[in-house]
Amino acid sequence: MEQLTIEATVNNLPRVTEFIISSLEELNCKPKILLQMELVIEELFVNVAHYAYRPDVGKCIVQKEIETSPSRSITMTLIDSGIPYNPLEHEDPDTSLGVEEREIGGLGIFLVKKNVDEISYVYKDGQNILRLKKFF
Amino acid sequence: MKITKELNGTTLTMRVSGRLDASNAQELTNQLNASLGGVKELIFDFGGMQYVASAGLRVLLTAQKRMNKQGKMKIRNVDDSVMEVFEMTGFDDLMDIEK
Repeated sequence: MEQLTIEATVNNLPRVTEFIISSLEELNCKPKILLQMELVIEELFVNVAHYAYRPDVGKCIVQKEIETSPSRSITMTLIDSGIPYNPLEHEDPDTSLGVEEREIGGLGIFLVKKNVDEISYVYKDGQNILRLKKFF
Repeated sequence: MKITKELNGTTLTMRVSGRLDASNAQELTNQLNASLGGVKELIFDFGGMQYVASAGLRVLLTAQKRMNKQGKMKIRNVDDSVMEVFEMTGFDDLMDIEK
């Protein structure tokens, strides 16, 4: 397992993306998977950057674990010490509604759920711990 | 992200390429707010757009809501990867989107 500890700001998103994506690129992961993973990283990290420590800035720990056998997968964990918040409790947007009824929020976490194979959240020892797994 | 605008009568074409994400969605919002007065048809040309995250979707939804009041909105030249995000979120049913 490798980890990156970084200030949770939108400006740091490219560094987090690079940290995760570089490992997948080394394994010749398909462009489609890379793109999905990039989207997942953005939505989750930007959430932490925007809300976890508001109005202050705090740290986010990003961990990655790659498995290659029997199947290839990446497990990514995001840890912050901000306000307790379980993004998985956010109700999914109703994608059948018309433009006027559609809400502006909630799309990010919905995209995350659509693009990972497993996702879980716990609040433990003052930390939000969000873990996800994606096979590739 | 690169944005170029072309106003032809009451039709505004916005060519947006690159990446539309949390780092630059506000810039697109600002450009739209500054340009939509009197526009009856808004055409987004997404040729060369490789990536759209939820921050970008929010800008598009806000633009669609506004254009419903003053005219219509189209999104054209959408790349496969961007289309996939539109499909996942049901935006393909919500908006006039073509590849």
